[in-house]
Amino acid sequence: MSSTKFILGLFDDPDVLLHGIDELKKNSVPIYDVYTPMPIHGIEDKLGVKPSRLGYAAFMFGILGGTTIFSIVYYTLVHDWPMNIGGKPAFAVPDFIPATFEWTVLFTAFGMTITFFFATHLFPGRAPRVMDLRATDDRFVIAIDAKGNVPHEDITNILREAGAVEIKHNDRKYVSYE
Amino acid sequence: MASHHESIIREPLVTGENITYAKVTDDILKPVENMPNKAWWIGFTVASLGALLWVFAVSWTFWYGIGSWGLNKTVGWAWDITGFVWWVGIGHAGTLISAILLLFRQNWRNSINRSAEAMTIFAVICAASYIVCHMGRPWMAVYSLPLPNQYGSLWVNFNSPLIWDVFAISTYFSVSLLFWYTGLLPDLATIRDRATGIRRRIYSIASFGWTGSLKTWQRFETVCLILAGVSTPLVLSVHTIVSMDFATSLEPGWHTTIFPPYFVAGAIFSGFAMVQTLLLVVRKVLGLENYITMFHIEAMNKIILVTGSIVGVAYLTEFFIAYYSGGEYEQYTFLNRFIGPYWWAGCMMYGCNVLMTQLMWFKKIRTNIHVSWVLSIVVNIGMWFERFVIIVTSLHRDFIPSSWAMFYPTWIDVSIFIGSIGLFFTMFLLFIRVLPSIAMAEVKLLLKSSSEQAKKKLMAEGHLEPQQVEFYKESLTKFDSVELADYKK
Repeated sequence: MSSTKFILGLFDDPDVLLHGIDELKKNSVPIYDVYTPMPIHGIEDKLGVKPSRLGYAAFMFGILGGTTIFSIVYYTLVHDWPMNIGGKPAFAVPDFIPATFEWTVLFTAFGMTITFFFATHLFPGRAPRVMDLRATDDRFVIAIDAKGNVPHEDITNILREAGAVEIKHNDRKYVSYE
Repeated sequence: MASHHESIIREPLVTGENITYAKVTDDILKPVENMPNKAWWIGFTVASLGALLWVFAVSWTFWYGIGSWGLNKTVGWAWDITGFVWWVGIGHAGTLISAILLLFRQNWRNSINRSAEAMTIFAVICAASYIVCHMGRPWMAVYSLPLPNQYGSLWVNFNSPLIWDVFAISTYFSVSLLFWYTGLLPDLATIRDRATGIRRRIYSIASFGWTGSLKTWQRFETVCLILAGVSTPLVLSVHTIVSMDFATSLEPGWHTTIFPPYFVAGAIFSGFAMVQTLLLVVRKVLGLENYITMFHIEAMNKIILVTGSIVGVAYLTEFFIAYYSGGEYEQYTFLNRFIGPYWWAGCMMYGCNVLMTQLMWFKKIRTNIHVSWVLSIVVNIGMWFERFVIIVTSLHRDFIPSSWAMFYPTWIDVSIFIGSIGLFFTMFLLFIRVLPSIAMAEVKLLLKSSSEQAKKKLMAEGHLEPQQVEFYKESLTKFDSVELADYKK
């Protein structure tokens, strides 16, 4: 039994990486994840990642923010302490717009980003789960779970033929822990 | 796809030979991973002395009150609000670059957005400090928030533009910070994975455990796009609301409906001037000529020209409406800008903002780094005077001639202003030392499509219209970072 936990194919070019994904799929090798220093467009479709639903979250947070501040303004200016300003109505909707707009934007931005951090497990101090340190620099990495995907030599060959500049058999899942 | 071919007639966004992904990282992280050079130390010393002056002058104001400023009962707003509007305006370019240009898919923004956004944040900090200072009793700032209190509760007046301003500026600052920091995460992870020891720990905490996995990137892009989408109306709303501080008053010279678009255009105008001032120095000192190219400089100069001309049209409109309205107070206010005691401030405003900017029509000027830099300073000065003219010149001669007065700044006024510039540059210089001044991940996106070497490869492959190739080669002659000998020119 080999001690390899993950097989990494390191590419130096995003197009070759896409080719590598195609080759692995052709050979029915499941891909664990792909780590890249920049977003690669078109890769989601290849790996069947569904479009992000963060937009819906953003919309809901926006509605929440707008309603919250509109309610506060209504309560303070119309309900709790209406002021007589030249006999004009207390419920002066045009004056409510700036604050409502600002909080709509505020809640959208923070709500969505915090949802993003939550869903992707990003927070200050989280131990980085990095499989290869150059994946944030100049290497485009395909990670394949070694368990169950045998023989490892075949996977290595597929990656090499697809143009990987380096293939690693990592005994540890993450190299970033000390 | 990562490498669609871009038309040859488009100018390259990244110049230089043998630019690999690794070289992008190395070049951009050079100032972060090495000790700073002499130029940085000199700049930092001068800037931090300015920041110290700011701390001193602001403390003085807090201790003795705003009586230490040159205000009088006629001119109740002067350098404080001038400085506030000036700094907020400067901030606007950062959001324009990071949000509006993203929505318009202007790829040249990729190499300037990071530092422009940082500039936004530092400028808004300076602006906010003016607001807190001019309250006189800064601890009363809490009453600008709708919090329950022992007076009834006496709530804030949401009919007041000043309260709208509180909401606008605080939202603008926090959303800009969020947008900037979220964009920084991948680059912080790059630094983390190259660092060792304590630096690694610090950047590890700061990078939130970013790995660059597929789903993270996919969601990251969605987040950036939506943040850009909400920041775009936000940035327009901020200066609109700032202008309403004036426009909703009954003061001649302030009470005009053109203020919101005029202020927004002026803000972007002055902001790009400040970006130009900073980046022309940064690219030289940090050796980033291959990433912030002549194309970027010229493009920013074009935006300065356009927004400067919009501001010019707004000035003309103001004069026409003053004449056409038939209101004698309105007419006097605008005439007073030229024949009153502040005629020199008016000349600075119209001269720097409208006349000098028109020089940008000439390509020779737009692509000359030294002239561009001087012009960017001229615009900064002109836009400061614009706010000074709007505020002080309008106020100093009010409806009753017996209360006419002049404004004379005290040394505290001057110190806070100079100090705020020092504070701004201190923060900016620290930023380029500890954080990547160019968004590395975004520049890497351009390498295979819009870089000079990608275009060279395209030309080597042939199959291109000779006319287009000629056009492309011609466009390269303005670049200072391109080896023209390679193109047999």
